[in-house]
Amino acid sequence: MSDQRPASKSELMVVASAHALAGRRVCFVGVGLPNIAVNLAKRTVAPEMELVYEAGVFGANPARLPLSIGDPTIVTGSTATVSMHDLFGLYLQGGRIDVGFLGGAQIDRFGNLNTTVIGDYAAPKTRLPGSGGACEIAINAKEILVIMRQSTRSFVKELDFRTSPGNLGGAAAAAKTRAAQGWGGSGPSGVITDLGVYGFDHDGEMALRSLHPCATLDEVRASIGWEIRVPQNVPLTPTPTAEELRLIREELDPTGAYVS
Amino acid sequence: MSGSKLVDMRTAIAEHVHDGDTVAIEGFTHCISFAAGHEIIRQRRRNLTLARMTPDLVYDQMVAAGCAKKLIFSWLGNPGVGSLHAIRRRTEPAALAAGESLLEIEEYSHHGMVGRYVAGAHRLPFYPLRSYSESDLPNVNPLIRTVQSPFGAEEVYAVPPLNPDVTIIHAQRADTDGNVQMWGLLGCQKEAAFAAKRVIAVVEEIVPTSVIRADPNRTIVPGLIVHAVVREPLGAHPSYVQGSYDRDNAFYREWDTISRDAAATEAWLQEWVYGVPDRAAYVAKFGADYFTRLTPTSAPSGSVDYGDYR
Repeated sequence: MSDQRPASKSELMVVASAHALAGRRVCFVGVGLPNIAVNLAKRTVAPEMELVYEAGVFGANPARLPLSIGDPTIVTGSTATVSMHDLFGLYLQGGRIDVGFLGGAQIDRFGNLNTTVIGDYAAPKTRLPGSGGACEIAINAKEILVIMRQSTRSFVKELDFRTSPGNLGGAAAAAKTRAAQGWGGSGPSGVITDLGVYGFDHDGEMALRSLHPCATLDEVRASIGWEIRVPQNVPLTPTPTAEELRLIREELDPTGAYVS
Repeated sequence: MSGSKLVDMRTAIAEHVHDGDTVAIEGFTHCISFAAGHEIIRQRRRNLTLARMTPDLVYDQMVAAGCAKKLIFSWLGNPGVGSLHAIRRRTEPAALAAGESLLEIEEYSHHGMVGRYVAGAHRLPFYPLRSYSESDLPNVNPLIRTVQSPFGAEEVYAVPPLNPDVTIIHAQRADTDGNVQMWGLLGCQKEAAFAAKRVIAVVEEIVPTSVIRADPNRTIVPGLIVHAVVREPLGAHPSYVQGSYDRDNAFYREWDTISRDAAATEAWLQEWVYGVPDRAAYVAKFGADYFTRLTPTSAPSGSVDYGDYR
C-alpha cells in the first residue's frame, strides 16, 4: 500500500520544478531540492536529460541521492568526469547548458540573486557561502530556474548584495546588457516556491503564474517584500500524480531528508 | 630518474610550509588532504593565506586553530550541511571574540578561482572570463577587472594569476618520484599544482613506476613539479577518495554542531589534532571498524589497451 498523504509544500516545489524541465536536454544541477526535481524530471517528463554537476561531471547517473555537490555517486556510471576548468570553460561558458538551477538567500522582483552577505559586505550581519558557480551559471546557462522558499526576508525589495544577475533593473536594460556583453543565456524564466510558481513578464518583473493547492493568495502577498503581480484568475498548480509522489517518497528521497 | 621524494607528513610540512606562506590545499569535495591541514595546525604555522575554491572543514579547522590571516575562495560552506562556523566567527563583526581580528577575505566565483590557478600555471598576467558582468563582486574585490579584447571592442572580466607558495593535493596513488595518478572528481588539482612554487603530493598508495607507465592517461601531475610525496592512507578523511572510501557525511554534520561553539571546537582540535602525533594515530583512534562502513563495493573500470610499439 503506497503512501496516501497529500503532497507537501516541498513535494509541490519538486514536482513543479520537474514540470518546468519538460523537454530540456542539458541541466546544471545543485544539491537538495533541485537535485530531486531533476532526477524526477529524468524519470518522467525529460528522460533524455543529461545531468551536469559543477564538481566536474557530465551525464551523471547517481545511484543514490547525492548528499553534497561532489558526492562520489555522481562519478560512478557517468558519461564524463572532467576538470573544473573544462566544466566551467567548455561546458558552461561554451554554451552547452540549457538550464541551470539557482537559489539564494535573497531574490528581488527582477530575479537578481544574493548568496554573499546579509548586511554590509565589509561588516556583514550574516556571511553567506558566496557565488560558487552561481554568478557564471546566471550569465551562461541558456535559461535559469530558481527554487527557494518564500519569506519577506528572502523575497526583498532590494538585495543587500547582487551575486548573480537576473533581469537587472528590467527586461529592456537586461537584454541590452546581455547582447553587449555576450552573455550566453536569457536569464531567469521561472521561480518555484513553496507557495506557487512565478514567471517573468515582458518587462522582466516577476509575476505569479500559479498558486499551489495548499497555499492562499494572502500567504503569497504576506511573504513577498514588494507588491507581487497576480493575474485576475489565478490558476492552481497541477496536483502531483500518485506516481510522482511515489517516485519522490520511495526512490528519490526515501528518508525524507529534503522533501518532508 | 631522480631519487625518492618519499617523506613523512611531518617532514613535508616542516620543509615546505612556512609562516606567512600562501597555501592551497585543493580538492573539490573529493581528495582533500585533511592530514596535511592537521599537521600544519600541529606545527603551529601562522599568518597563512589560505587559498581554496571551497574552504570546507579543513580550513574551518585551520582558521579555528589560528593558522590563517586571509582566505581566498569562491564558496564558503560545509557542503550539503550549512555554514563554516569558525570562519563565520572571524568574518561577522558581531560574532568576533575579544582579542580576535577579522579575517581578510578575497572572493571570486568558481570559474574565476579556477582561472586564477590557470593563469598562474600558464605564467600569464590574467585569465579572461565572461563571469562578473552586472555582479557586485567586482565592486568588493578590486582584483576582478575588465579587459578589452585586442581583436574588437568586446570587454570581458579578468582575474589575476594565483601562484601559491605551496599546493598540497591528495590522490589515489603515486610513485616515489611524485608522478601522481587520480580518478574521480579532478577539481583543479592539476592547475593548482602547476601554479605553485612547491607541491606536496599525498597519496593513499605508493606504486612502482611501472604501474604509472602502464596507464599514462591517468597521470594528472608529473614528478617534475612535485617536491615531496607522502603516503597517508585515509589521509583525506572525513572527505573521500573515489573507489577507496566514502565521504563521512555523519562527521560533516557533527562538525556543524561542534563548530558552532568555540570551546567545543577547541576541545575537538585538542583531542583529534594536537592530541595525536600523526594521521596513523588519528586513524587508529577511530578504530578499523569505523572505516569499514565507509568502504564502497567495487566498480572497476574496464582496462584499455595502449599497444606495444617497438
